[in-house]
Amino acid sequence: MQRIIVVGNGMVGHRFIDEALTQSESFQLTTFSEEPRLAYDRVQLSSYFSGATVDDLMMTSESYYDEKGVEYFVNDRVASIDRSAKTITTAQGRTESYDKLVLATGSTPFVPPIPRPDDEAAKQHILVYRTIEDLEAMKASAKQSKVGVVIGGGLLGLEAAKALKDLGLQTHVVEFAPRLMAVQIDQSGGDILRSKIEELGVHVHTDKNTQAIEPGEDTRYLMKFADGSVLETDMILFSAGIRPQDKLARDCELAIGPRGGIAINDQCQTSDPDIYAVGECALWDGKIFGLVAPGYSMAKVASAHLSGDAAASFQGADMSTKLKLMGVDVASIGDAHAQTEGALSYSLCDEAKQVYKKVVTNAAGDKLLGAILVGDASDYGAWLQLYLNDMTLPVAPEYLLVPSTEEGAASAGMGVEALPDTAQICSCYDVTKGQIAQAVKDGATTMADIKSCTGAATGCGGCSALANQVLNSELEKLGVEVSSAICEHFDYSRQELADIVKVKQIRSFEQLLKECGSGHGCEICKPAVGSILASFWNDYVLEDEHIGLQDTNDIFLGNMQKDGTYSVVPRIAGGEITPDMLMVIAEVAKEFDLYTKITGGQRIDLFGAQLHELPLIWQKLCDAGFETGHAYGKSVRTVKSCVGSTWCRYGVQDSVGMAILLENRYKGLRSPHKLKFAVSGCTRECAEAQSKDIGVIATDAGWALYVCGNGGMRPRHADLFASDLDDVTLMRYIDRILMFYVRTADRLQRTSVWMENLEGGLDYLKQVVIEDSLNLCDELEADMSRVVENYQCEWKTTLSDDKKLQRFRQFVNADGSDPQLQYVRERGQRRPATEDERRIDIVEVR
Amino acid sequence: MQASKWFDICDKSILSPNTGVCALVDGKQIAVFWESKNDQLYAISNYCPFSKTHSLSRGLIGDSKGELLVASPLYKQRFSLQTGQCLDDQAISVPVYPVRETKGRIEISLD
Ligand code: SRM
Ligand SMILES: Cc1cc2nc3c(=O)[nH]c(=O)nc-3n(C[C@H](O)[C@H](O)[C@H](O)COP(=O)(O)OP(=O)(O)OC[C@H]3O[C@@H](n4cnc5c(N)ncnc54)[C@H](O)[C@@H]3O)c2cc1C
Ligand code: SF4
Ligand code: FES
Repeated sequence: MQRIIVVGNGMVGHRFIDEALTQSESFQLTTFSEEPRLAYDRVQLSSYFSGATVDDLMMTSESYYDEKGVEYFVNDRVASIDRSAKTITTAQGRTESYDKLVLATGSTPFVPPIPRPDDEAAKQHILVYRTIEDLEAMKASAKQSKVGVVIGGGLLGLEAAKALKDLGLQTHVVEFAPRLMAVQIDQSGGDILRSKIEELGVHVHTDKNTQAIEPGEDTRYLMKFADGSVLETDMILFSAGIRPQDKLARDCELAIGPRGGIAINDQCQTSDPDIYAVGECALWDGKIFGLVAPGYSMAKVASAHLSGDAAASFQGADMSTKLKLMGVDVASIGDAHAQTEGALSYSLCDEAKQVYKKVVTNAAGDKLLGAILVGDASDYGAWLQLYLNDMTLPVAPEYLLVPSTEEGAASAGMGVEALPDTAQICSCYDVTKGQIAQAVKDGATTMADIKSCTGAATGCGGCSALANQVLNSELEKLGVEVSSAICEHFDYSRQELADIVKVKQIRSFEQLLKECGSGHGCEICKPAVGSILASFWNDYVLEDEHIGLQDTNDIFLGNMQKDGTYSVVPRIAGGEITPDMLMVIAEVAKEFDLYTKITGGQRIDLFGAQLHELPLIWQKLCDAGFETGHAYGKSVRTVKSCVGSTWCRYGVQDSVGMAILLENRYKGLRSPHKLKFAVSGCTRECAEAQSKDIGVIATDAGWALYVCGNGGMRPRHADLFASDLDDVTLMRYIDRILMFYVRTADRLQRTSVWMENLEGGLDYLKQVVIEDSLNLCDELEADMSRVVENYQCEWKTTLSDDKKLQRFRQFVNADGSDPQLQYVRERGQRRPATEDERRIDIVEVR
Repeated sequence: MQASKWFDICDKSILSPNTGVCALVDGKQIAVFWESKNDQLYAISNYCPFSKTHSLSRGLIGDSKGELLVASPLYKQRFSLQTGQCLDDQAISVPVYPVRETKGRIEISLD
């Protein structure tokens, strides 16, 4: 048994352990982490601000290490190494002996020696960005700050700026160099990046040498620059580069590079052959690699060498990178600055589209040496392969920049077939094209198969598009046809299925399956087809031939909640409701003890109804005149309104009236994804119509129509479609737009994404809808009228059908409720008990 | 060998095609599905180990390469109706139960 101690349990230290576990059983592994937890995904750190939890970020767990027999100590820093005794001693006083030692101590953020306050407040508001604790400190500081500055406009600095922006701060980036991301991109690329980032509301200051940070007057700090200018801020984040964490190695006199870093050979051994160093603390060939993939390669080499593979050797790593910074694509490949002797550069700067592309070739112009992409990095994968595999360029270099020309199109079509088998597809897991091809020969047919048998695309995910292309091309080679088919049961896309349903007048899933499908269907095609059928024919969705198609929510006409109960959302068109109707809701909520909440869509949601209660609740609501709100369907949700000219001193049209009109017209329309509308009574836009699928804003002369906006996960500002419309034209346009969307969108594609993928974009949609360029408008309008005519309140229909009502019971053979439900009262209402609060954990054993 | 004990559940006419219902049998919640094309019945536990709710009877049924399955209504993990094996996580499966139709009545056994 060799006793191996791994100092540092960061991304690379953990990867080393994982590699060592697969290589040999005769290691006894121990690891120390200075941080309070085991390894987590530092690369995804920023996602912590967009909702990821610490658990989401964790790369391993104590139970995994326990199971594998790995000994671990968190919160304990290794303080010294005694090389002659072969022991380490920790800050907490623990001494352990080793046969081999692996240093994976990573790096620390570099904080330049700028004079600055050094009090308690500075500890809270002058920060760095590397660990989860740093993020928590940023969050805490942001709560007490309005303005934030990031010092450093490199890759990490821009990510940090995004985080500050997400935390709601007015954000500045201060960069010493004349441009952003000076290492990776050139001035023209930097200019485009800068203007894109400024568009997002981040202030960029380049050529700024910070000389002092002093207490400020209106803000917490005042930053002073060498050129005499100043900047006021409440918090400061240093992101001015990293320094390898090499103190341990220095103290025990291992060889260290002149500018830091633990020197290693090709086997990742330091100057003491029993001590290895891997990751960001290691210096190989005079270079530090500040990315995770090279660290992973080192981990692999070190563990192979330790298990006796003398041939294992680290050969450097490619530092090409592709990033999405604040939604802006930035990529750099190889010799981006054309420093190679005789290198030639070609560039394209499209200021209108805000895209910059540059390729660097050898003197002969037939090999790619480097490249830069800003604003659109879709060429990255193909170019990287040209570069890594030293391939002869398929076209003259200038044509790489403009793939819309014929020559360029040829280059775009070059595809993955041209890659050699040795081409690396996934750098996180070092998977080559050949390995994916082999997996396909061995029977892999889906990305899920590829992921599980090669590991490709399971790390950062950046390679999944390319891996998928390789998969498809290999499948084609084997004679397997690759299609845009929705799932294994239909060889057609959603759009094609919609056309077939329309043209062949298909009324049921069974019929469609017979016509052009196979098998039984699945959870993908059934709801999609259910939605198509409903969009065109608008039959009652719980009809015997449709019921089995309905997704979770539609099948019981309510939204299923985490504990298996349902929510009840009556329609409150335009958000307008009388006191009497409010009282009905209040009475029902009280009688059934339903948790009551005002939704973000201007209506009221009642939570916690059990199956058998749903019909009783809806009977009362329907009797009082309420209708279903379709909160469960992929269908029209709400038409939000502002109060408009009726009361508001600025209103120029009756926005509430229009909202009610629209909601009543389109309610019940099933669509590829949900649809939300809003109507505002004047340009102040209190109904936020420009964030909706369909937005209407009153003008002096009528209505302005906005389309394809989105709130939610990826907000999109709606596009102005037409102005000064009268009521009739407004509705005619909306009829046509919605029906065209219903016909042509992909499954679960919101209008925003549909628009972004629509060839020809907004102008094309205008041609189709306003100029009737496809000669389709009559049909679209007729389709819409059919839907409107066939509207029914699904709850009303259900309540009058005894057989359907029988389904609304927890048990088909007994009365009563699900005994597993448990509730706790909070702020005067009931809510599901958390797992901790549950008295008994019901786990079924047979 | 002992003869199985069959529990009478309900009339088959209550079922809707290609959907499930939940039966309470001796304190256990069991999901019963009727696949109408081949007129087959299936019974598995109603407990979804992912969402920790009794809800599988309310999932959507379909097939993957011919294997009949139900997709959990909350987080969509798929379970084989024949074996109870989860198709998305090898380590997870749910119990399956014998089920049959006798003179128009559905019957389940706990063996
Ligand atoms: C109840 C409500 C939250 C609230 O308490 O206020 C809500 C609740 C849910 N939202 Fe929402 N959303 C609610 C307003 C919104 C809004 C605000 C709005 O409509 O003005 C948005 C942003 C606007 C937009 O859609 O563009 C919103 C964006 C989303 C998204 C992201 C959609 C996107 O395309 O980005 C999802 C996820 C999805 O649909 O895939 C979602 C999904 C959900 C689901 C269906 C999640 C789920 O599957 O369980 C929740 C259903 C709860 C239920 O059982 O009723 N909800 N959701 C709001 C219901 C409004 C209503 O009266 O119908
Ligand atoms: C915000 C952010 C974004 C990033 N984005 C990317 C990206 O997009 N792509 C990319 O490739 N890379 C990215 N990186 C870089 C990447 O995270 C690092 O390359 C990687 O984490 C290096 O791994 P490591 O194990 O060498 O070091 P680390 O992950 O830093 O791990 C070192 C660990 O050792 C511990 N340690 C140090 N000394 C001791 C000691 N004496 N005793 C015990 N423990 C000790 C440290 O506390 C730390 O936990 C990003 C980094 C950050 C901070
Ligand atoms: S209501 Fe909407 S935002 Fe809130 S948790 Fe549910 S899906 Fe997320
Ligand atoms: S390159 Fe990161 S997962 Fe493949």
